Amino acid sequence: MDALFLQVLNGLDKGGAYALIALGLTLVFGTLGVVNFAHGALFMAGAFCAVTLEKVLTISTKVKDESITFFDAYKEVPILEAKFPVVGAFIVDFSVPFAILLAIPVMLFLGLLMERGLIRHFYKRPHADQILVTFGLAIIFQEIIRHYFGANPIPQSAPSMVSGSANIGALFGLGENVVYPWWRLIYLTFAAIVIASVFAFLQFTTFGMVVRAGMQDREMVGLLGIDIQRRFTIVFGMAAVVAGLAGVMYTPILPPDYHMGMDFLVLSFVVVVVGGMGSLGGAVLAGFLLGILQSFASMNEIKSIIPGIDQIIIYLVAVIVLLVRPRGLLGRKGVMEE
Amino acid sequence: MKNSSALSDWVLFLAFAAAVLTMPLWLAPFGANYPDLMQKFAIFGVFAIGFNILFGLTGYLSFGHAAFLGVGSYTAVWSFKLLSMNVLPAIMFSIVVAGVFAFLIGYISLRRSGIYFSILTLAFAQMSYNLAYSVLTPITNGETGLQLSLSDARVLDAMAGITVTRSLPSTNLFGMKMSGMPGFYFCAVVLIVAFFIALRITRSPFGAMLKGIKSNQTRMAYTGLNTRPYLLWAFVISGMFAGLAGAMMAVTDPLAGAERMQWTASGEVVLMTILGGAGTLIGPVLGAALIKYFENIFSSFNERILNRAFEALPDSIQSIVVDTVGLFVGEGWHLTLGLLFMITVIFLPGGIMEGVRRITALFDRDKSGSSSAASNTAAAEHS
Repeated sequence: MDALFLQVLNGLDKGGAYALIALGLTLVFGTLGVVNFAHGALFMAGAFCAVTLEKVLTISTKVKDESITFFDAYKEVPILEAKFPVVGAFIVDFSVPFAILLAIPVMLFLGLLMERGLIRHFYKRPHADQILVTFGLAIIFQEIIRHYFGANPIPQSAPSMVSGSANIGALFGLGENVVYPWWRLIYLTFAAIVIASVFAFLQFTTFGMVVRAGMQDREMVGLLGIDIQRRFTIVFGMAAVVAGLAGVMYTPILPPDYHMGMDFLVLSFVVVVVGGMGSLGGAVLAGFLLGILQSFASMNEIKSIIPGIDQIIIYLVAVIVLLVRPRGLLGRKGVMEE
Repeated sequence: MKNSSALSDWVLFLAFAAAVLTMPLWLAPFGANYPDLMQKFAIFGVFAIGFNILFGLTGYLSFGHAAFLGVGSYTAVWSFKLLSMNVLPAIMFSIVVAGVFAFLIGYISLRRSGIYFSILTLAFAQMSYNLAYSVLTPITNGETGLQLSLSDARVLDAMAGITVTRSLPSTNLFGMKMSGMPGFYFCAVVLIVAFFIALRITRSPFGAMLKGIKSNQTRMAYTGLNTRPYLLWAFVISGMFAGLAGAMMAVTDPLAGAERMQWTASGEVVLMTILGGAGTLIGPVLGAALIKYFENIFSSFNERILNRAFEALPDSIQSIVVDTVGLFVGEGWHLTLGLLFMITVIFLPGGIMEGVRRITALFDRDKSGSSSAASNTAAAEHS
């Protein structure tokens, strides 16, 4: 029981990342009708916003090490910490959460630039062309990151306040040994909040209403005299921000490297397909579902029955869903069923 | 390819064969006439030709073709280990196994089209890749890659009385070692044969069916034709080509690793085909050769060479130029590749062959003065 509960939690935080990326992916597909293979690169770009901020904050100077008295020893201390001991240390410690503030404008800018500069020329082109051009863009993103940050993963640490584990077993009346890292719980909450706010935005604002109307029937909304194109561009920027935030917050869980975008992209695509192309609820549901399935499949008990199942479970599910119910779990009838 | 009469096809084929066989001569000025690189040209040429039979003719974009390449490589190395160092059985087994593998994947994937087909093939390729890395380690030797060893059985070789004691045996064709120039000529002959087969397929009624599927599958279905078997055969044939390419890789360098099956490898062959011109005969080979050539040239550059190249510039400008150019060469070669990819898709979706056609059409117009005729033929050929 305890083990099962832990696996569900494990699956949920991975599922959170899948859901966030898939949400943006399907948002872009639903509005612009574009298959964006560079969406994983946006996730990675977000993660590297966190890395950049941490690097900037910890630009160091040499300071005399007082704890060593036999000889003059120096240690590296971030300038910020040397100048403002308390506030500086706090900011450095919380570099990942602070990176959110950096990531939002950066990702928004990146998203708008990408849409205006490239994607809009591809609305009318076949899906194959869209896949290919965004695939090329993803390679470029990836190589730029590798050029500046190197090929090795760069570990990021969560704030020390929440670096430990939560004893959630006691909370739910389970065993004492059910512990779970705080940061993963935070990530889960964060993912839930972001998803909820995207849905709320689309559901309860006029802007969101127009966007939803545009997803239903773009031409009609255009005929009503609404510049739907501009709103869709903003939606693309929003999707980029969501992917970026997912990346920022994921850095303490998985040290970012230059190919993390590609790794997550393939999985997120599978998630979108399972959930249903263009269905927002489907993307979120499938994200969490596949995350949990994957974490169950990597349990030793299951691996001993079907070896290797943890490696392929997601793809297997996708294959089955595509063959049995091609529109996906929550997909609308007739959307991309061919 | 102005007209598809039998004669002009033969001319095309002979010209192609002559060009491939004389590569060592005419590639000398480019500094690309050494066997390793030319072998790569031929191997990836075969891979791209095969990919083009699926993508170019039917328009189905597979993002998992590297899986067949990997399967071909593994099969070939196993054939070297168990049967014989002779390359012929290795190649035959690779083609057969890759074909069977392609049949299984194709049977399922082809139930969908468009982007779903791409994602299904991608999913299967990733599954194969992940499995090759993990539970299939007894067959694939996991991360290390499958290699030859002295203790291999090599049943057929043993029967023929060939034993090795000291050093690892090398692949051969009835005693002729498949390294260096002989290796290249072997690959070249395979490439020419592959090209010939592709040419015949394109010109056959079967090829016409495939093109019909590409231009309008619904209409094909309405004429009472079941398109699925045609697509499946196209998929299997193109998988066999990929298996053949994988076997050739193992022939020139007898080891096989899972990274050959990764989806970036699948992306590479897509790029080659697009760059050269999907749907054309020469295009994919051209694209493959160009990419391998540039990869070789660009990735060999380093800062020292760049500094020497821009020595004439003033120091401050030199360092800026070297830094900028350095982004695109050496390790950053993939950046150039991505850029090339985007530029091709954006400006020249028909690839180099379309570029050539546009230019010749331009000259034709000047000569004949009937611009409509030239553009008409160009449009007809494009479809």
